[in-house]
Amino acid sequence: MKVGVIVFPGSNCDRDMYHVLTDVFNLNAEFFWHERNLPKNIDAVVLPGGFSYGDRLRAGVIAANSPIISDVKKLASKGVPILGVCNGFQILVESGLLPGVLLKNESLNFMCEWTNLIVKNNKTPFTNKLKLNQKIPIPIANGEGRYFVDEKTLNKLRKNNQIVFSYENKVNGSVSQIAGVCNRDGNVVGMMPHPERAAEREINQVDHKPSSLIFESLIETMGVKN
Amino acid sequence: MSFQEHEKIHIKQNVKRDLTKTELQVLAAEWSEHCSYKSSKRHLRMLPTTGSNVIVEKGYDSGVLDVGGGYVVTVHIESHNHPSAVEPFGGAATGVGGVIRDILSAGTRPIALFDGLRFGDIENDLQARWLFKNAVAGIADYGNCLGIPTIGGEVEFDTCYKNYALVDVASVGFGKKSKLIKNHANVGDFVLLIGGSTGRDGVGGSQFASDALEGEDRSAVQIPDPFIEKLIIEAILEARDEKCINAMKDLGGGGLSCAISETAESLGVGIELDVQKVHLREADLSPDEIMVSESQERMLIITSPKKLPKIKQICKKFRIQCSMIGIVKKDKIMHVKNGKKTLMHLPADFVARGPLVNRPKSKPVYLSKIPLSPKKKIKESFTDILLRLLSSPNISSKHWVFRQYDHEVGIRTVVKPGFDSSVLRLDNGKSLSVKIDGNPKHCYLNPRQGAIGCFEEACRNVVCTGAKPIGMVDHLQFGNPEDPEIFWTFMESIEGITDYAKSMNIPCVGGKVSFYNETNAGPIKPTPLIGVLGLIDKSPLQPTPSTKNNVVLLVGETKDELGGSEYYEYIHNFIGGTAPQVDITASKRNMKSVLSLISKNLVRNVHDCSKGGLSIAISEMCISGKIGCDVNLENVSILSSEISMFSESHSRYIVEIEEKNLNSVKKILSKSKCVFAQIGIFSGDHIIFKSGSESILKLRVDKAENFYLNSLEKIIQNG
Repeated sequence: MKVGVIVFPGSNCDRDMYHVLTDVFNLNAEFFWHERNLPKNIDAVVLPGGFSYGDRLRAGVIAANSPIISDVKKLASKGVPILGVCNGFQILVESGLLPGVLLKNESLNFMCEWTNLIVKNNKTPFTNKLKLNQKIPIPIANGEGRYFVDEKTLNKLRKNNQIVFSYENKVNGSVSQIAGVCNRDGNVVGMMPHPERAAEREINQVDHKPSSLIFESLIETMGVKN
Repeated sequence: MSFQEHEKIHIKQNVKRDLTKTELQVLAAEWSEHCSYKSSKRHLRMLPTTGSNVIVEKGYDSGVLDVGGGYVVTVHIESHNHPSAVEPFGGAATGVGGVIRDILSAGTRPIALFDGLRFGDIENDLQARWLFKNAVAGIADYGNCLGIPTIGGEVEFDTCYKNYALVDVASVGFGKKSKLIKNHANVGDFVLLIGGSTGRDGVGGSQFASDALEGEDRSAVQIPDPFIEKLIIEAILEARDEKCINAMKDLGGGGLSCAISETAESLGVGIELDVQKVHLREADLSPDEIMVSESQERMLIITSPKKLPKIKQICKKFRIQCSMIGIVKKDKIMHVKNGKKTLMHLPADFVARGPLVNRPKSKPVYLSKIPLSPKKKIKESFTDILLRLLSSPNISSKHWVFRQYDHEVGIRTVVKPGFDSSVLRLDNGKSLSVKIDGNPKHCYLNPRQGAIGCFEEACRNVVCTGAKPIGMVDHLQFGNPEDPEIFWTFMESIEGITDYAKSMNIPCVGGKVSFYNETNAGPIKPTPLIGVLGLIDKSPLQPTPSTKNNVVLLVGETKDELGGSEYYEYIHNFIGGTAPQVDITASKRNMKSVLSLISKNLVRNVHDCSKGGLSIAISEMCISGKIGCDVNLENVSILSSEISMFSESHSRYIVEIEEKNLNSVKKILSKSKCVFAQIGIFSGDHIIFKSGSESILKLRVDKAENFYLNSLEKIIQNG
């Protein structure tokens, strides 16, 4: 079983994600520089946070058009679990794998702070060990994290159970306080907060268990599959 | 560009011909105050620089400390004051970039940033507010993009910085000892320039920084590109792993001029360089401009010819430019060519070692005219005074600032910003506690004691997390050194820092001097800034919300030292009085005892008592624990309530303990002969200060919290 961690020029949470996958959860993970191809038999893919291409043009848009994303799209259509965190979420949205857009925060500033997430869909490969409406203490760190979709799409997301996480409080002006969504099939999940920054006791003074369950859900998913 | 008389003589004595235009340009850059430290160098030698943890190698731009288990920590501090005063966003951002490359050049990965920011009165001065907002945005933009967490620092406002800005950035790096770059060069090695292209931005920047800021010399301000910096970091660390780097140096002040001459000089070799090989941003750059451009995100690398293909491959992977600009020679000459034409041919040590100057000093006249105490009494109640202090820009929460910095990336931040000191976990199981501190208000009244006080405060802050200080960096910022009175304040500061460093056995592993910090209204107050690194063998003492019925002890003596306090300056609008002085014996004793209490797990929280005095330190604990505190000032000191509450005496710690540990704690403190007292207890929902049975100050914690947390943001939102 192998988890691929995609690295774009400017990704900067790749090593953090790798550390958590391997050192904390004993998963077999491998970095994939954006110019490499993803193996067809890979079990899961993570797009970590950062500033791919320096956020030029628009956060995530250049990475979303890079060749490795066509591999990600192929894997996504086969049902392989794919997680995008922060800039990874922005890339998934820009590539069309997930609905919506991420706009500048209402504060117009970069925001790095701890917040609480509420689990809204616990059927995805990354949330199946969490309880519905469970609280996850977790940090956000972004300048463009305000999730936006129009009314019609929002209704569709609700109907299809595509809202995965919402913020407990108003954080950045996201529509319906949405913090994370999934695709129609539920295997592609994007979220703005950073689970890799909250899954260890040492760096999470509140409670590291809920964030750990995001990774344990993935282990469960891959275990079932194999 | 002009040379002083003694420099002209020095040139005449050493070079038996007229200098070329390029040589003049290069020497002017390299011999500027900024690059040559001509006023300060001979005095900096008094600082203790060795210690059991210190690793010294030639040509390092950062200090290196062995932290055990085969790992090292590197540290460096820089400022970018002149550029930030003109263009705060770019000035502050490029300041971050420069210090990061110093960390990188030792072969270590930058893991944290700290910044000390100083501006004019943001409450009333719109330009100060603009400078502040944009400097913060610049730091955030750069650091966040790189994925290096900004985990601490300080912000201060004082009218002495009107129309000006001090932007100090410190960075800490981490890596394996075995992977440190051992700077060396063999004859025939290639000299490479990696990263950003060379443009007209920053031409003459170091000379710009070595003069009073007059007019707006915009071309001397560099343009930041954090994305390229990020690529350089990854490329260089990969090249380091592939053993491609023999020697490395950041291009900072003075650009290629300084990087080439200093590298050649420190390695004892010659370098022959062709300016035509330098990759340019604009084609029509003259050779002289190429030599002194301070364009950012550039690194100089010396590699063996057989490693060139590997380096080229790494640069191609990261799509950064790499030019082979020169070759290492045996002759110890800095030889600059434009194609075949020689532009410069001078001994590298002659270029790199500018003639030093002996600056005269004399005690400033102002010091004999400092008034002792405010003339007018204040009619406000102590409760109203505390509320005003809590909302003052210097004391109120800096949450608005550090929220804009990604302080979590890298997942090492164990103690987050907003407490006494931030703590990083290291791969060897230990923790690193880092704090930077300055206090120009104290330093103005007593330059020597003020500087020692900054040093002690930074030490106290790391001690509050359970860390033992293992090294320090200093950044000494003053006005024009040619003024004997200013030079006297510089000398007092450095002598004070040296005294304290020697008696505490804390080596100075790096530093920087910045002169010519002058505004239209005159020089800034002396502003030495001290960064202290502390090491914790296990987990740090994690600040926790204060809890009901826990006992409050004050370790350390409160003295009649209101001079330079926020109480005098902000409430009384009064500059004067006796500034706090550090009693080195008490400092050592209190530090040791507090560390011993922490290591024995006898305390819940330790909080530094500094700006705003006891009243603020207690309030901050109440606010974070959302609980009241009942303090009896008669136990604090025999002095007036005013002094007990607001004096900023050093060497004081507020220690919160559970009642069951009271006796053991008292025993340890008594045995070590610390001055201490049980001064209060956490309970209720009011901050209460009593003098005997009479309550002289009573403030609801939620009200205090509202003012403390939101005041700074309110000022900013008003435009």
